[in-house]
Amino acid sequence: MMREMTGAEMVMQALIDQGVEHMFGYPGGAVLPIYDAMFHQNQVKHILVRHEQGAVHMAEGYARSSGKVGVVLVTSGPGATNAVTGLTDALLDSIPLVCITGQVPTHLIGSDAFQECDTVGITRPCTKHNYLVRDINDLARVMHEAFYVAQNGRPGPVVVDIPKDVQFAKGMYVGPENIQHRTYQPRLKGDPEKIKTAVEMLAKAKRPILYTGGGVINSGPEASRLLREFARLSGYPVTSTLMGLGAFPASDRQWLGMLGMHGTYEANMAMHDCDVMVCVGARFDDRITGRLDAFSPGSKKIHIDIDPSSINKNVKVDLPIIGDVKHVLEDMLTVWRGMKAEPDRQAIASWWGQIDKWRARKSLAFQPSDRIIKPQQAVRALYNAVKDKDVYITTEVGQHQMWAAQHFHFEEPNRWMTSGGLGTMGYGLPAAIGAQVAHPDSLVIDIAGEASIQMCLQEMSTALQFNLPVKIFVLNNEYMGMVRQWQDLLHGGRYSHSYSESLPDFVKLAEAYGGVGIRCSNPADLDGAIQEMLNVNRPVLFDCLVDKMENCLPMIPSGKPHNEMILPDHPEALDEAIDEEGKMLV
Amino acid sequence: MPPVIEPAERHTLSMLVDNEPGVLARIVGLFSGRGYNIDSLTVSEVSHASHLSRITVVTTGAPPIIEQIKSQLDRLVPVHRVVDLTVAGKSVERELALIKVRGKGELRQEALLIADSFRARTVDTTLESFVFEITGKPEKIDQFVSLLEPLGLVEVSRTGVAAIGRGAEGM
Repeated sequence: MMREMTGAEMVMQALIDQGVEHMFGYPGGAVLPIYDAMFHQNQVKHILVRHEQGAVHMAEGYARSSGKVGVVLVTSGPGATNAVTGLTDALLDSIPLVCITGQVPTHLIGSDAFQECDTVGITRPCTKHNYLVRDINDLARVMHEAFYVAQNGRPGPVVVDIPKDVQFAKGMYVGPENIQHRTYQPRLKGDPEKIKTAVEMLAKAKRPILYTGGGVINSGPEASRLLREFARLSGYPVTSTLMGLGAFPASDRQWLGMLGMHGTYEANMAMHDCDVMVCVGARFDDRITGRLDAFSPGSKKIHIDIDPSSINKNVKVDLPIIGDVKHVLEDMLTVWRGMKAEPDRQAIASWWGQIDKWRARKSLAFQPSDRIIKPQQAVRALYNAVKDKDVYITTEVGQHQMWAAQHFHFEEPNRWMTSGGLGTMGYGLPAAIGAQVAHPDSLVIDIAGEASIQMCLQEMSTALQFNLPVKIFVLNNEYMGMVRQWQDLLHGGRYSHSYSESLPDFVKLAEAYGGVGIRCSNPADLDGAIQEMLNVNRPVLFDCLVDKMENCLPMIPSGKPHNEMILPDHPEALDEAIDEEGKMLV
Repeated sequence: MPPVIEPAERHTLSMLVDNEPGVLARIVGLFSGRGYNIDSLTVSEVSHASHLSRITVVTTGAPPIIEQIKSQLDRLVPVHRVVDLTVAGKSVERELALIKVRGKGELRQEALLIADSFRARTVDTTLESFVFEITGKPEKIDQFVSLLEPLGLVEVSRTGVAAIGRGAEGM
């Protein structure tokens, strides 16, 4: 389709042609023409946010819960710089976004004009790719290319910076069907020889493990289905990173729980002692590996990843397979069936026997109380109340995030959204709003902490304006809990600035925004209060007052290997867990 | 068991990139952001018709780091191809330098003799100075410069390394 239109109209037309239904943004001088073009159409709905960081996290929550590309529109200067945290978050968690930023007119670029910043310069290291469109004739192509780059290969955020004069200029619009990218053609199918070798290694394994990650989710629901099929066929145990929760059902007997720093004992011990590990769409992040030179010392490692730069970045692997998880798992299943692979049943049974012994340590145990609400107890109560509902969970960052990962259980992919790589406090509420926009009839809950929630709490107002009945479940311990826990671990319990001396009255605050506030401090009232929250079809801020000094266990202290976990039955080991070298790590 | 630290090696990477604004900043930013070394960098358009530039980077690092640099470069959207010339077979490396020497009498004579034996060309002359142009491997230029040092060396301008694989095949 070739048609003359203004740059601003091209932006809107490109969004429509890309199938965009929702976008998140905030107007300003340098994007007014696009907002005007938006005014003349009703196919793309715009969610007006209260801060640009919120817009990007909303787009992330939208993308992760729906599998679509999240779209953001912000103005030049502060609009763009406020978006940087969200863009970095999306880059580290491989979330497909297109962020359109306004820019001062081309003749003013470089003159320190009002609300000018070097947006492409600032966002270069925090995007998968970015563009400054100086010529109206490039605009339509760049818009379509941005969507292509954002969602193909390893997904990520793409910025399109458009000067105001280009938004007013007229040119010929081209549709997405005529666009083909010259260089960016990621490989989807794995090397057949390597897939065959991988299947042979796995079929012969005596102590195998499937270590899965966010790549399984990003590859689409079919990848999760194939993972389940492979697990069932082989009978092998499955663990996952924080990012991959939901790809494999938590109710399955073959599920070991999350691995890593706050993962289960059985998952980490199985990683340490396995003889063949297949890493499916994960990246051997430092939260996962613990001490690198003691990471799974006796295993052969297979790594499936769409991004060649993930191979051998942190951990040297024996067999890398470059490709999309879905395609590679599909081919592995075909080869497995074709060669009628039969695992060593006796060895696998004894491996499961060992795993069951580790499971019996009950690494997620905690001391319940009838006097004070334990945070783990609060997450479990929430889980029990909503597990049969159509529910999406987001989190902020800190202790509550780990407790949510440990005690809330996921059966399906795309139901769990958390800031894994960047660890962005303030992520959860906007992400929940984005997920609610994508799933207006579902239950969306942000499991939060009282510190994190204050970083983007202003988005309460967005939720009210657009009738998005998100639930914010705050585990309020009055501390930046994870900071306090690390001050216990590393700094002799000197709680330097980790206690919030003056917290707002969250109930009144929720009411001030026009939402509903609920407070609960008594374990006996917890279930009833949660029910009360679920009965309200409006945004609710639930202030759950929990034990202030609870630590998040189990834990692999920094600088330690997987088999030196601190378990809840010996919490005192925390005091001397970290040596001088470990202190230097994060 | 302490991690095995492999010794650093010098590698020459050659890449074809879209000749668009910011592409050099993308490459250089990747090196600084991820803590890689740049020993030498050259960039110039090589095909006006297809908007292609060729960038040559000389870097040092242990083999796994070099491999990581190569895949990090390769995944940048405007990068068409990356070749590690150091492992891809035999290659030719050349650098050009302009060197200014100031002196009179015997020193001037000596500088001319050295320039001649290095096959450097004299591209500018005054009664008390020369500018020499020399092309060769970086080590040859290093040696030439160090010999001129005591003879009144004023300043040096070097292009950095350009490199290409030997034989009939292109990258």
